[in-house]
Amino acid sequence: MSEPANVDYLSCLFKSLDAKADGKINADTSPENPQSWLKQLRAQAIENAGQLKWPTIKDEEWRFTDISSLAKLPFKPAQPGQVPALSDIQPYLIKEAVNRLVFVDGFFAPELSSITSENQMCIGNLSALATQHANTIMSHLGQYVKHQNNLFAALNTAFLHDGAVIVVPQNNVVDLPVHLLFIATQVETTHYPRCLIVGEANSKITVIEDYVALQNNAEDAYITNSVAEFKLAANAQIQHVRMQRENQNAFHLANCAVSLDHASRYQAVSVSLGAKISRYNLDVRLEAETAESIINGLALITDQQLADTHTCIDHLKPNCTSHQKHKCIADDNAHAVFNGKIIVRPNTQKTNSSQSSRNLLLSDKARIDTKPQLEIFADDVKCAHGATVGQLDKEEIFYLKSRGLSELTARNLLTYAFGAEILDSVPVASLKHTLEQIVLNQTQSC
Amino acid sequence: MKNQNNKTILDVQNLHANTQSTEILKGINLTVKSGEIHAIMGLNGSGKSTFAKVLAGHPDYTVTQGNIQFEQQDLLALSPEERAQAGIFLAFQYPIEIPGVANSQFLRLAYNTIQSKRGNDELDPLEFDDFVREKMKLLEMNPDFLDRSVNEGFSGGEKKRNEILQMALLEPTLGILDETDSGLDIDALKIVAKGVNHLSNAQNAMILITHYQRLLDHIVPDYVHVMEAGRIVKTGGKELALELEKHGYDWLHDDRHNNVGVSA
Repeated sequence: MSEPANVDYLSCLFKSLDAKADGKINADTSPENPQSWLKQLRAQAIENAGQLKWPTIKDEEWRFTDISSLAKLPFKPAQPGQVPALSDIQPYLIKEAVNRLVFVDGFFAPELSSITSENQMCIGNLSALATQHANTIMSHLGQYVKHQNNLFAALNTAFLHDGAVIVVPQNNVVDLPVHLLFIATQVETTHYPRCLIVGEANSKITVIEDYVALQNNAEDAYITNSVAEFKLAANAQIQHVRMQRENQNAFHLANCAVSLDHASRYQAVSVSLGAKISRYNLDVRLEAETAESIINGLALITDQQLADTHTCIDHLKPNCTSHQKHKCIADDNAHAVFNGKIIVRPNTQKTNSSQSSRNLLLSDKARIDTKPQLEIFADDVKCAHGATVGQLDKEEIFYLKSRGLSELTARNLLTYAFGAEILDSVPVASLKHTLEQIVLNQTQSC
Repeated sequence: MKNQNNKTILDVQNLHANTQSTEILKGINLTVKSGEIHAIMGLNGSGKSTFAKVLAGHPDYTVTQGNIQFEQQDLLALSPEERAQAGIFLAFQYPIEIPGVANSQFLRLAYNTIQSKRGNDELDPLEFDDFVREKMKLLEMNPDFLDRSVNEGFSGGEKKRNEILQMALLEPTLGILDETDSGLDIDALKIVAKGVNHLSNAQNAMILITHYQRLLDHIVPDYVHVMEAGRIVKTGGKELALELEKHGYDWLHDDRHNNVGVSA
């Protein structure tokens, strides 16, 4: 804790952790209590958090993303507050997703949630399921997002009080997508959303992880510090759509980890639109042969926004496939960062991996830093990667103008198209349409 | 000559154009009347494609001398989109791929933009769908091409057919086909030619830019012009293309004094 910036933020946090020590989650310490392992997990995370330094731009992993301003904010953890009316969240609902878990400032809101497919999967909030499914949850929760060396994951775990849990049993196919909606309502607080998704052998599910803001006063800041963990057993398939549409003053710090077993497939699309500063860490571990991951990402930002995506795709076994396509569109003074690491471990022969990072600058003041990082330790592998940063192509603009479109329409269409290519992989029709509209509106204003 | 009483659509006089301070076009004269099909032939680098791009208003080229009248308007004063709206259409040699935009969306946007500029009614997506499917039949295009991104993953022949489809939708007064035949197999060439012949009528005109005579077996031109070093150096009837095919471009140097600078 040598950095002075740490002091405000962390001391405030640890004070509130002390206060929590007297609270209900720690009340029962008997070993039979299913909550006791949770308490242990938290205690460990508290210890880790205490030892970790606040990241600064001197750390390689944070060199483009300066979060010193965040450290100065004395944000307390959010407390349960007023739950919005269903009509208030109507614009965010996804019609195909009849199963929906809603969390308000990190707290489960059963009155806004809807579960109709209980027979197909185990779904609910962590504190409700922790007793009945203790063994399953215990064997996965906190196992994939490591909090030993990650301050924000450690803090999320230290403040872990509830979260979304989905376990799809063996051979079960859940046809309809599940919507995990995290709503921020309180400002000047920190929210700690948490997700655990387990696909058992031969199962299949689509999960939409969605961060939205619903404040009366969007001028004020808040912090979302989220952790999501995905485990795919043999042959399991998970489609993961992630949307970050926090308000323009929010800080969004997120960690997601995915662990893939034999012949499983993880397909993800993440879309970052909101927040003043956002950071998304995605770690994908291909831990058994013929596992496959397909990851698409889009950051569309403007004004003073900063969107940072750090991904690490780790090929630990032979014959695995990973494909990644990441795009950033930055306008005004916005700054987008992409760091895409791909590790091909020794003896992971026949690895097939591709990565493309394409970036579009819409103003002279916008900035994009992209860093593909390939670490290849096997020889019989196929690894392709490419990164481009550019402006709209003038031949493309001329082509559209030669068909009668105005310069502005041509530019808007091409900007939209640049982003829409990523949205094409969103597997839920109405959501895809909503996102296309959002991107269309945003690119029209460029 | 044919169509002498028809109205003049395009009148190019002494056209000079530069790109990056290199002069590419060095005094082109060409008159095109309604109902006519003109072929412009010539070796690589003779300025054929540059001429096509200058007509469409490509920003890489600067006109330094001369003028172009298009239906009594000063074409050089118009932006590329105004030229398209006025009735100029360029079928690109290398059509641009636009991943992320559905072909149907692009075609409808172009169609409606031009219709509204010409004071005609726009079509809603359903009406347009019927309309475009009819036009696609002419070019034997699979309707699946509507749902795909513009030109993305299209073969060379499919891209060229998509260009002619756009021409069919936009109904230009002057269609300029820049090496539309390049990269086409004979079947695709016949389909494209059929489409162009179908669209050609007494009110409009076509300029075909090509290396080879084979396109002209299927679309018969009224005039053939040969370009060399930025000028039209010879003009003749359709038989000129056959002569060129037979003797090669060098043959021109033997008797070019006969017809230099004659415009149609």
